[in-house]
Amino acid sequence: MKRTTMGAVVGSVVAGAVATRFLSARQRKWPMSTRAQDRRRPRWHVVTINRPPDEVAPGGRLPEPIAKLGDEVEVQVNRAVGDRGTALAARLRREPSGITGAASRLAGSDPLQAVRAALRESKMLLETGEILQADKPGTAKHTITGRPLDLAISRARGEGRL
Amino acid sequence: MKALCWEGVNELGVEEVPDPQILNNQDMIIKVRLSSVCGSDLHLLDGYIPAMRAGDVIGHEFLGEVVETGPEVRRHHVGDRVVVCSVIACGRCWFCEQGLYSCCDNGNTNPGIPEMMWGQSPAGIFGYSHAMGGFKGSHAQYVRVPYADRVAFTVPEGVDDVDALFASDAAPTGWMGADLGEVKAGDVVAVWGAGGVGQMAAQAAQVLGASRVIVIDRFDYRLDMAAHHLGVDTLNYEETDIDGELRERTDGRGPDVCIEAVGMEAHSPHTVAYRWEQVKQQTRVMETDRPHALRQAIMSCRKGGMVYVLGVFAGWIDDFPMGALMNKGLTMRSAQQHGERYIPMLLERMSRGEFKTAYLMTHPMPLSEGARGYDLFKHKRDGCVRAVFSPNGDGRFTTR
Ligand SMILES: NC(=O)c1ccc[n+]([C@@H]2O[C@H](COP(=O)([O-])OP(=O)(O)OC[C@H]3O[C@@H](n4cnc5c(N)ncnc54)[C@H](O)[C@@H]3O)[C@@H](O)[C@H]2O)c1
Ligand SMILES: [Zn+2]
Ligand SMILES: [Zn+2]
Repeated sequence: MKRTTMGAVVGSVVAGAVATRFLSARQRKWPMSTRAQDRRRPRWHVVTINRPPDEVAPGGRLPEPIAKLGDEVEVQVNRAVGDRGTALAARLRREPSGITGAASRLAGSDPLQAVRAALRESKMLLETGEILQADKPGTAKHTITGRPLDLAISRARGEGRL
Repeated sequence: MKALCWEGVNELGVEEVPDPQILNNQDMIIKVRLSSVCGSDLHLLDGYIPAMRAGDVIGHEFLGEVVETGPEVRRHHVGDRVVVCSVIACGRCWFCEQGLYSCCDNGNTNPGIPEMMWGQSPAGIFGYSHAMGGFKGSHAQYVRVPYADRVAFTVPEGVDDVDALFASDAAPTGWMGADLGEVKAGDVVAVWGAGGVGQMAAQAAQVLGASRVIVIDRFDYRLDMAAHHLGVDTLNYEETDIDGELRERTDGRGPDVCIEAVGMEAHSPHTVAYRWEQVKQQTRVMETDRPHALRQAIMSCRKGGMVYVLGVFAGWIDDFPMGALMNKGLTMRSAQQHGERYIPMLLERMSRGEFKTAYLMTHPMPLSEGARGYDLFKHKRDGCVRAVFSPNGDGRFTTR
């Protein structure tokens, strides 16, 4: 089962769902990330979606790309700061760290990459109705000196500062 | 299909590459009729834009015919003649709604790369590196256009191909400089750079009511072209002291609006300083971009004036005159072009004969001569302002 939080309110229920009481920025608790529990809380990753909350999570149902992450993440859906639509936030329950963290990042199996990509893809789906695909087939030649860039490109939806 | 590809620093080649495909329901495929060089490509060619891979198709200023539409394309149909904005924007995110199309949240498929470079990711751009989405460029027989209803615009009947071509990039970029530079009736506007972008900015400033427009460069053929077609004042910075001239021409005040249309590879007439600047740029640590024209614009601008930066910069610059900016109360703005905001209006003006663009094309060519076209353009040889390729033709076309 998946536990989802609504600001201060702990909402609950089936996997891939949140409570339908969407809080305004004023009603929410700041800062979002605290160290209260284990001294190293994984940070929330947030996108603002230019749609109202009841479209982002109709009846509490989460957008497909985020719902797919299941129990790995906690999710919040609230009104965005400045009334700019909806804040969709997610964080890993457990973040990989140290050497395993770095290795999984290189291997492209870092769960954080999946969180960023899911947030970005949820936003695209809701705002534009589709997930924009990178141009394929590629025309680039894969060279040894080009390897770091190839790697950066293959992770580019999952990396970044989001 | 055939395409002109970036093969490495200062290396271009025409290659056989796979045809593009519809990958999203809102995509369409264009058969490219005309595709122009742009000063931005020189930054790629010279190796100052990171995230290029050998084999990447370049080119982003283009016009063509629709040959295939995805199931959710509504505004365009097979056979339509369209001009495509160089900037790929969704038209529906908050930024697009504000008219800040080049800041679109959904147009870049590689947001992680620019986020690491700049904090946030701008929109995608055709043929302009993997930092801008890695989309294939338009110097090719066919190109995939994502968000087709938002990014492509039907060309009105009476507008010639070559005129409409520059509604893709040079014209809206120049218009943005004058518009967001807040040019008002009576203003004196100075424009650094007499390339396609600078000339379009100068023309836009005139349309918006500037009382005097002064274009600055060192190539007389470009200055003469601007004077001839637009009737602007011109200054050759190798022959005169720009700051002194600008003071005289503004009765001692300095220009109200200064538009920088040069970018990260600015030339400087002060040989020693210029060489030192090039050395710093090569280190990629002291600075990545040479901002000579930008510095001069800031120093010359009147108190409380506006500096609008159209020239492309990629990283950081040295010796930035922050004191002048602060103490003179200047406003500085910049952007990749918000083309979708201006293209319909520009096409409308073109159809009424109120905005001139076709004269920028100095070298019509077949795609097979792509490398030569860039060579002429880069070295400003043979009177080149814009070389324009016809990837599906023999390059024998003219303006009207
Ligand atoms: N913001 C955008 O969206 C956008 C769009 C298109 C182009 N651009 C940028 O605009 C710039 C100009 O593009 P272009 O196509 O006109 O290029 P261009 O190469 O045709 O023209 C640049 C001109 O600047 C002149 N120049 C160089 N140093 C100068 C100096 N110190 N003072 C005055 N002039 C100087 C050159 O002689 C040249 O004529 C480039 O940086 C390009 O990347 C930006
Ligand atoms: Zn351009
Ligand atoms: Zn957008």
